[in-house]
Amino acid sequence: MMKRDECLKVLAGHRTNEVVVAVYTAAQEWIQICPSDLNYTLTGAMGQGSSHALGIALGRPDRRVVVLDGDGSLLMNLGSLVTIANAAPENLVHCVCHNGNYETNGDVSIPRRGKLSFASFAREAGYRNIFTFDNLPEWEKSVAGILGEPGPTFVDLQVEPGNPYKKDLIRLYSVEYRDRFRRALAAA
Amino acid sequence: MESRLESSLRGIELIEAIKRAGIRFVVALPDRTTSEYVLKPLLRDPEMRVIQVCKEDEGVSICAGLYATGQRALLLMQYTGLLDSANALCHIAVDANNPVCMMVGLLKKEPDIIPTQSKFYVVRVVEPVLDALQIDHHLIEHPGDVEKIVPAIEAAYQSSKPVVMLIGREPQP
Repeated sequence: MMKRDECLKVLAGHRTNEVVVAVYTAAQEWIQICPSDLNYTLTGAMGQGSSHALGIALGRPDRRVVVLDGDGSLLMNLGSLVTIANAAPENLVHCVCHNGNYETNGDVSIPRRGKLSFASFAREAGYRNIFTFDNLPEWEKSVAGILGEPGPTFVDLQVEPGNPYKKDLIRLYSVEYRDRFRRALAAA
Repeated sequence: MESRLESSLRGIELIEAIKRAGIRFVVALPDRTTSEYVLKPLLRDPEMRVIQVCKEDEGVSICAGLYATGQRALLLMQYTGLLDSANALCHIAVDANNPVCMMVGLLKKEPDIIPTQSKFYVVRVVEPVLDALQIDHHLIEHPGDVEKIVPAIEAAYQSSKPVVMLIGREPQP
């Protein structure tokens, strides 16, 4: 099991010009670990991060898009795995921060905690590449390759909470920051 | 006397209007009202990219993501999917100022009966629900209504607000 913020720091260390779509606790941590106008966090409703990311990936096929999804979020939009696999964007990397909890909504377990294989869901849906990581050295060794491979790619990141980060809900859910993202992406 | 075809809404004219509005991405779930003469031709159209979704609220988000990249998109669905997507429409389309443009089939609506006068409860509530969500809507039922489509989509992108085109009867070829 990896500390989530340590896991995100590894990803940040390999980020070049990727768009990153992030949701909930991962988003709170990501915008502080790796601030950038190419962070997209105004996903609006639980479960929708992967679908926003698909739209961005299809609209900008020249740009790698990484989504930091949650396991509870993915359960709310499991069909998006099939939609993404069918649309087959080569530039999409779908990471799930898999902690077994609805962490933002009161730290309640997800249904079938510990018994679900998100990687199997993604494989059967038709993602091109599937990875699972539960330790930082393996993740560190593989992340650069994952960011460079044609996707769609699914990455199950088995994590637990790490250090606490301050909440910045205004930044996360700000239309102004979304519009800043649009301008930054248009210029990129 | 007008021929039946001249008085009918035509799928090809809807598609031409969609293209004139600058849309090249259509996000869709099949709707019996529009499947035959709108969605199927779009799926065969090399100028258009159709993204088939499993549930309509995905489509709201995909359109928002495409907007973030500067692309225009249309979400094609049935009114049942619209009602099912109320949370996404509130938070993603309205609250987040995303110009999500939707074409929504009103399955079961009787010809030349306004939706709020339909004998079907679910058809009657569609426009009041959109009014409550503060989403602009336009009824597209007759050939002359097609000319509403381009200005409605332009207005949506100008104002960064969602818009719904309600398809009041099954288009013909």
